[in-house]
Amino acid sequence: MAGGNGTSPCASCKLLRRRCAQDCIFAPYFPSDDPHKFAIVHKVFGASNVSKMLQELPVHQRTDAVSSLVYEANARVRDPVYGCVGAISCLQNQVSELQMQLAVAQAEILCIQMQQESTVLPSQPIDSCIDNERTYFLNNSLPQYLNFPSSSSSNVIHDSLKMEGIFGHDMVS
Amino acid sequence: MVMGRCAACKYLRKACPEDCIFAPYFPSNNPQRFENVHRIYGAKNVATMLKELEPLQPYLRAQAVETLCYEAESRIQNPVYGCAAIIFHLQQQIHNIESELAKLRAEIAILSSNGHGQASEIQLSTDQVHEDQSGSSSKAPNWFI
Repeated sequence: MAGGNGTSPCASCKLLRRRCAQDCIFAPYFPSDDPHKFAIVHKVFGASNVSKMLQELPVHQRTDAVSSLVYEANARVRDPVYGCVGAISCLQNQVSELQMQLAVAQAEILCIQMQQESTVLPSQPIDSCIDNERTYFLNNSLPQYLNFPSSSSSNVIHDSLKMEGIFGHDMVS
Repeated sequence: MVMGRCAACKYLRKACPEDCIFAPYFPSNNPQRFENVHRIYGAKNVATMLKELEPLQPYLRAQAVETLCYEAESRIQNPVYGCAAIIFHLQQQIHNIESELAKLRAEIAILSSNGHGQASEIQLSTDQVHEDQSGSSSKAPNWFI
């Protein structure tokens, strides 16, 4: 089952057991030396859906699209309930925690500056400054993308650390 | 039975049996949800995933469907990156906040130990450090750090 030009069929055509045409839409992104990559995408999304998605995209965006599909598929297989939404939830919690620490640090600076600059005004203990800031912060809700608990999200984030250099530019549309 | 079909069976134009696997999760009052999921995953894949989740508790199966719907919608809105774009955005946010926090903690350490006069000088140099960090992070938006 060779490709159109006599070369080895791509991973997708090997899995789908079909002839790998020269203009095979999968061939540039699913080389034959990594069969697992297509297998996992096919399991979650299905070959025909992936083909349709790629056809709707300009060629220069397809590599990134495939990478993100592989990432999502891996996340879904690893965590069938939450997929990569678990990672989003976990990261949101991290952002909230860090923003609270930031607010506490800002309050601490303010208190230190107040104490150092003013000898006339009654000084406020640093701890109560920080508590006031924390109370204010907790009473003002943050925008949340969603409210899902995370399950094995730490594994999903860890895998994102391994995919170094795949996305090299701004992804937010 | 034509009356009372779930959104999935309506979309797929088939009868909705009593034991329809989609019915508990795709009520007829929200057809767009199934349409999105069908477009990205396909009905067969969704059915397979739901079958594999059968051993789990009902609320977990419902959560799984919600997350599938969310990811499908994200992929439709952002066909290149899907919900990976949100992950990237959050990791950038974390990186920025951590930089800011490090700067503030350095400032606190200086203010606590030295007093106001020296703190002004240090603030200028920490501002410079922060600018350098911001410059480098914008050149290489690496969401894997």
